[in-house]
Amino acid sequence: MINIGLGHYLTLGAIIFTIGIVGIFLNRKNIIVILMSIELILLAVNINLVAFSIFLEDISGQIFTLFILTVAAAEAAIGLAIIVVYYRNSSTIRVEEINSLKG
Amino acid sequence: MLAHSIFFYIFSLIAIISAIMVTVSKNTVHSVFFLILDFISISCLFIMIGAEFLGMIMLIVYVGAVAVLFLFVVMMLNVAQQKNQWFSASENSQHVPIGLIVSLIIFFELIIVIGGWKYKPDLVSAMALNIDKNISNTHSIGYVLYTDYIHIFQLSGMVLLVAMIGAIVLTFRQRSGVKRQSYFKQISRERTDGVETINVESNKGVKIDD
Repeated sequence: MINIGLGHYLTLGAIIFTIGIVGIFLNRKNIIVILMSIELILLAVNINLVAFSIFLEDISGQIFTLFILTVAAAEAAIGLAIIVVYYRNSSTIRVEEINSLKG
Repeated sequence: MLAHSIFFYIFSLIAIISAIMVTVSKNTVHSVFFLILDFISISCLFIMIGAEFLGMIMLIVYVGAVAVLFLFVVMMLNVAQQKNQWFSASENSQHVPIGLIVSLIIFFELIIVIGGWKYKPDLVSAMALNIDKNISNTHSIGYVLYTDYIHIFQLSGMVLLVAMIGAIVLTFRQRSGVKRQSYFKQISRERTDGVETINVESNKGVKIDD
């Protein structure tokens, strides 16, 4: 418990990943919270990559974390733009009422 | 070492609690605030473990850009007071137990994987990009990022460009009934379009607005 090893960081990543998954599964009201849960999942992946990079003494994990950061920023921008357009068209972003794909 | 582990537990506890609060909090603005707290504590962990460049980049990119973007959209869409309750409602009680079961299974699978794996025997000797202890973290990232990973680096720039163009195109809207400035018409206007020279006859004057 005192010596912090790789397993501690991986467990933290797993916990945050699972919280993100729960946020996506159980959210029925607000689609912005779903986007935030996706950010949490990407954050958990970043934790894992950085922990492996430090404990294996290989720098390429941190490089890939940089690229994941880029993709996360792009995804947030596009997702929020889509939400803004959807809100402008249908004046709601509640998940329950977004059912036009149901047919 | 003891201080290191104490700080690890403090920061990871804050991170986990704020991640839970992101998903369960009723107000969306509070969710964004807890998301910011989560990013800050994780970047503290990164700085503590020795990846200080990534910790600072996470502060700049996530807290400075992404979270502010989230806050901006939440406040612009006026959904801050929208109730975000998913435990109390009775109509949607169908998917809550199944979602909880599936995510618990995912969590236990991850824990099993973490507990059960081990290194390949020749892994450490097979690695090419060892961290040099004599130079700083930013130095070593820069040495690798602009040499070995230069193509992926430029491709990530393309990803950002496409995201920027996509966001602008998605949210662009041509409003009707608004008088806009037309730069092309302004610039291409010439003297002959605006002014006309007329020889005025004496005692007759000029008729305007014919």
